[in-house]
Amino acid sequence: MSVVLIKDVTKRFGETTALQGIDLVVEPGEFVSLIGPSGCGKSTLLRIIGDLIQPTTGTATVNGKTARQARMDRDYGIVFQDAVLYDWRTVVKNIALPLELASWDRRRRAAKVKEMLELVELTGFENHYPWQLSGGMQQRVSIARALSFDPALLLMDEPFGALDEMTRERLNMELLQIWQASGSTVVFVTHSIAEAVFLSTRVVVMSPRPGRISNMISIDLPQPRTATTREDAHFFELVTEVREALHLGHDLERAPA
Amino acid sequence: MSALGRRIVAWLPAVVVLVGVIALWEGLIRAFDVQAFLLPKPSEIARTLWDTRHELWTAGWFTFQEALGGFLLGSGLAILVALVLARWRILGMALLPFAIAANAIPIIAFAPITNTWFSPLNKSSKIVIAAILCFFPVLVNTLRGLTSVNPRALELMHSYAAGQAEIFRRVRIPTALPFIFTGLKVATVLAMIGAVVGEYFGGALNALGVLILTRARVFQFDEAWAGIVVACLLGLVLYVAVAIVERLTLRWLPSTSE
Repeated sequence: MSVVLIKDVTKRFGETTALQGIDLVVEPGEFVSLIGPSGCGKSTLLRIIGDLIQPTTGTATVNGKTARQARMDRDYGIVFQDAVLYDWRTVVKNIALPLELASWDRRRRAAKVKEMLELVELTGFENHYPWQLSGGMQQRVSIARALSFDPALLLMDEPFGALDEMTRERLNMELLQIWQASGSTVVFVTHSIAEAVFLSTRVVVMSPRPGRISNMISIDLPQPRTATTREDAHFFELVTEVREALHLGHDLERAPA
Repeated sequence: MSALGRRIVAWLPAVVVLVGVIALWEGLIRAFDVQAFLLPKPSEIARTLWDTRHELWTAGWFTFQEALGGFLLGSGLAILVALVLARWRILGMALLPFAIAANAIPIIAFAPITNTWFSPLNKSSKIVIAAILCFFPVLVNTLRGLTSVNPRALELMHSYAAGQAEIFRRVRIPTALPFIFTGLKVATVLAMIGAVVGEYFGGALNALGVLILTRARVFQFDEAWAGIVVACLLGLVLYVAVAIVERLTLRWLPSTSE
């Protein structure tokens, strides 16, 4: 069963058509990146999958259920560009929040939070408040929180967009390790071509006005990926391929209809 | 330097200013031989404070109870109403303009009316005035706090399938707390004003406002001033009490932690 099944989705905000005729299937264990210029509707598509907004027409199915039912069943974890930590909660309590809402008992929560802290390498920062952490650490807490309840699907909206290049590359590596360890499916929105190619099993190229999918590129780089993957000749070929697809989408937009 | 030492150093400038102002006041009155009915010397006020301490204490305690009652009643109601208005936004949109308009009314002008509704000798008449004074700033601040939540934080809560009650308990109310305390601190000052000024329009003989008024009428200005000092101190007590609770509650804010 596909994790995500988007069928002929259109989304309009007033006069603006944010998305038009979107069809997308994501299979279990895939890491799919949505890439495209601003205004191509990639974040909107992510929000439709997460049932944070509803499509104007068409359907979104997650794990064989309506997106709404999947949300009520806590089938996905979400990470935004900002960590969106709750300032009044310590690191531990931020990670535990979804577990509290899912009525996990105290002992089970503590064990899971400990496991998550180890996963994102934040052991020792249990009782820090968000303002005491660097941007990269905050985002790691946010990821730990999204993964804490073992969601089948991870939705990430430019999660590393606000971080410096060094931190971003390190978190890319960590994310890949987490993805492989947890076996979850990821839908990832990004502006960065290199990031999309490095992380993904498939890159979905989108173009704006109206937002639509203009290309899909399979990333057949071997797993697991490492720091040397970024220096691989095939990595550069794929980066070029995605870049050309993006420009093609851009040119299409300019061509008379 | 120890934490206590740092704290003393932090307070030192304010203490120097206070002592300086009192010394200047004393000195100027002596130098220009100002009549006591215009402005008594601080030393005289201090002496009167001591001489009439039992009477002042009784009067102060009486008025403080009115202020405290009004503060608790008005602020408590305001927080409840704000929660309701934030939960059902349509109610908020219908009523908030009136709350803001009512906030601009000089509510103290209603003191003679509440004095007739309840007996002027009854504490209730001052409690009601103090409560109405406290109500609006707390309402407006609380409501602003409850509705100024990061939309992403709400989306996250939706993604955890949280209901409205959970969202209020775990996100809206914690977000609103700093706003609520700002409102409460304004309210402490207003509560004391409401109680004392309410008593100017008539109140029990052992009330602070009545004491200040009657002493001023018979030219016992040192006693009137002593009463004013007590009113200031009691207002400060209420304010500091709220500030301490704020500090203990908002430990997670960088500005309130050491």
